[in-house]
Amino acid sequence: MDPRPKVLITKIGFDGHDRGSRIVAAGLRDAGMEVIYTPPWQEIATVVKLATEEDVDVIGISSLATDHLIVPKLMQALREAGLADTAVIVGGIVPDEDEQMLVEAGVARVFHPGAAIDEIAAFIRAIAPAIRARRLTA
Amino acid sequence: MNKPIEDRLLAAGEAEAQWRREYAAQIGGERAVTNRSGIDVAPLYTPRDWDASRFDADLGFPGQPPYTRGIYATMHRGRSWTQRQLIGLGTPADYNARLMDVLAQGATAVSLIPCNSVFRGVDMDESHFELLGTCGTVVNTAGHMQRALAGVDLAKTSCALNDPSPFTLLAFLLATAKRRGTPWHAITGTSNQSDYLSHYVANHMFFRIALPGARRILGDHIDFCNRFVPKWNPMSVVGQHMQQAGATPAEAMAFTLSTAIQNARDCLDRGMDPDAFLPHFTFFFDISISFFEEIAKFRAGRRIWARVTRGQLGAKDPRSWRFKFHGQTSGVDLTRQQPLNNIARVAVQAMAGIFGGLQSLHTDAFDEALSTPTEFGARIAVNTQNILREEAHLTDVIDPLGGSFYLERLTDQLEAEVLRVMKIVEDAGGMYAAVESGLVQKMIGDSARRFQQQVESGEQTVVGVNAYRAEEDRSARQPQARPDPAAMRAHLEEFKTFKAGRSAQAVQAALGELARAANDPAINVFGRVVEAAEAGCTHGEICATLRRELGFGHVQAVV
Repeated sequence: MDPRPKVLITKIGFDGHDRGSRIVAAGLRDAGMEVIYTPPWQEIATVVKLATEEDVDVIGISSLATDHLIVPKLMQALREAGLADTAVIVGGIVPDEDEQMLVEAGVARVFHPGAAIDEIAAFIRAIAPAIRARRLTA
Repeated sequence: MNKPIEDRLLAAGEAEAQWRREYAAQIGGERAVTNRSGIDVAPLYTPRDWDASRFDADLGFPGQPPYTRGIYATMHRGRSWTQRQLIGLGTPADYNARLMDVLAQGATAVSLIPCNSVFRGVDMDESHFELLGTCGTVVNTAGHMQRALAGVDLAKTSCALNDPSPFTLLAFLLATAKRRGTPWHAITGTSNQSDYLSHYVANHMFFRIALPGARRILGDHIDFCNRFVPKWNPMSVVGQHMQQAGATPAEAMAFTLSTAIQNARDCLDRGMDPDAFLPHFTFFFDISISFFEEIAKFRAGRRIWARVTRGQLGAKDPRSWRFKFHGQTSGVDLTRQQPLNNIARVAVQAMAGIFGGLQSLHTDAFDEALSTPTEFGARIAVNTQNILREEAHLTDVIDPLGGSFYLERLTDQLEAEVLRVMKIVEDAGGMYAAVESGLVQKMIGDSARRFQQQVESGEQTVVGVNAYRAEEDRSARQPQARPDPAAMRAHLEEFKTFKAGRSAQAVQAALGELARAANDPAINVFGRVVEAAEAGCTHGEICATLRRELGFGHVQAVV
């Protein structure tokens, strides 16, 4: 099996500002990861399906205009699909009170504007092996 | 008596040579300075970089072609720019309360940002409830618009609607006017998001009908407004999306002008008179913190547009030559780190827009990188404009930086760079073809990555992010304004009741007519959208009908 972390970078909800998701997707790919990228406006069900089919370790959700408010719905859908071990990270404009809500909902980490690609890549590299191990034994 | 001119030039030449020697000795190993558009910036500019003998041909006077110094004779000294702050949150009643507040504070025009669900072409009963009203106002019907604009005299207040194709918000506004007895020919304002090409270039959040359909609806919209709402500006060409998505200032100006030319040619192909529609073309730009470059961008854009409209577009009326633009300070330059620093950034961006000769201005709130702007942040943003105008006296002199060797040279260089990029688009078959093939999206993506690399390498300083970092200061954080869920729930229930109580027959008939128009080029689609709005059809129903008949414009995955 390919040892590289496998990451899905996507956007759910209504907003389509995709500069952030495109830059992060390209940056993680350049950092040696296997990246699945989708355009914005994905349905939660589509993200779950894609995560299942592509067998990703990490799902990265980009949010500029409050779309992260439906990430708890995504977490629920992932658990229902048996993907509780797949890590979800969120990047974008996320107010403090929402960050707390997301962490409580099970999001592994929230990255804010100004986060360097290296920082995001280092975090994924750090968590990916354990996620992979858990997913393979599950 | 003055020395002969040859002697003076020789002396100047010697002086310059001496300055060069001293500069080189003192500066040591200097790294090249390049602006965001890729233009090298010299340490000093002199008359050899810009020769004042070109004044009459390339600068001239404000209000006269090529309008380098401004499109009106009096510019900001005569009339300030319009303070057009974007507002929109929650229910129509929430919006109306906020609107009354903003008008009382001195705003001179109305703007309406609808909820992202509206941008995406769906009604509130088809949306995630959690997201409703969090980024804009939920307006799905003519009744909602009537409530949102209660107490606003439509014959006296200019309305800017963020209203992408198929322009249902304008349709709801026209239906409201008809119910109130306000004649359509008295209505003024702008369809802010009518530029479908920019929505394809920079996805943002807009409902997108497949390209051929979107092109046709825009033409119908311009034609309809020219005939029935003659003071309305149906065309706002949007450079803002492209620069926000990563285009350099020169690229953003080039793509915007190429888009305007494309739309104008489409109108000419319909047999329309350029002097009928061009006076109602407006532009909308991002203003980055690259101060002199932005000023030069606007001056160069004005000059090119004056020449293009008079030349290849064949306009004879000076109103067709004037490059009217709204500017918004760039959110991309704002940082989450040490957010109060953003107040300084916005002030510099706003100054660039003012010196660039804008007609209306939105200043971003300092907390935009943290959240949807709060009222506290929005108040400082409005006062930033008031301070620049009335305390700093930036408007006392028209085009006050005109004649600066640097700015004039930079304006020339920006103009050349803009024309170079416009030529690439033209060689690709024009803006429609260049967007259809993905060429423009590719160029913008490349520029976005280049800029990101400059920030990550530290080549471009961003205070608080890659330099001058400090302990996280949370004192500036304001609680996030979110709509009251109970009020939104009531708005949703009322909407469902409204839909159940309508004449199903009238709704179906209107949507049927809309579908028929979509398939018959002889019928104006936007006219049918207005009729559907009057018949009680909802935004989502109108969008769904056109999506079905004309196809949806999906986003290609390009990384």
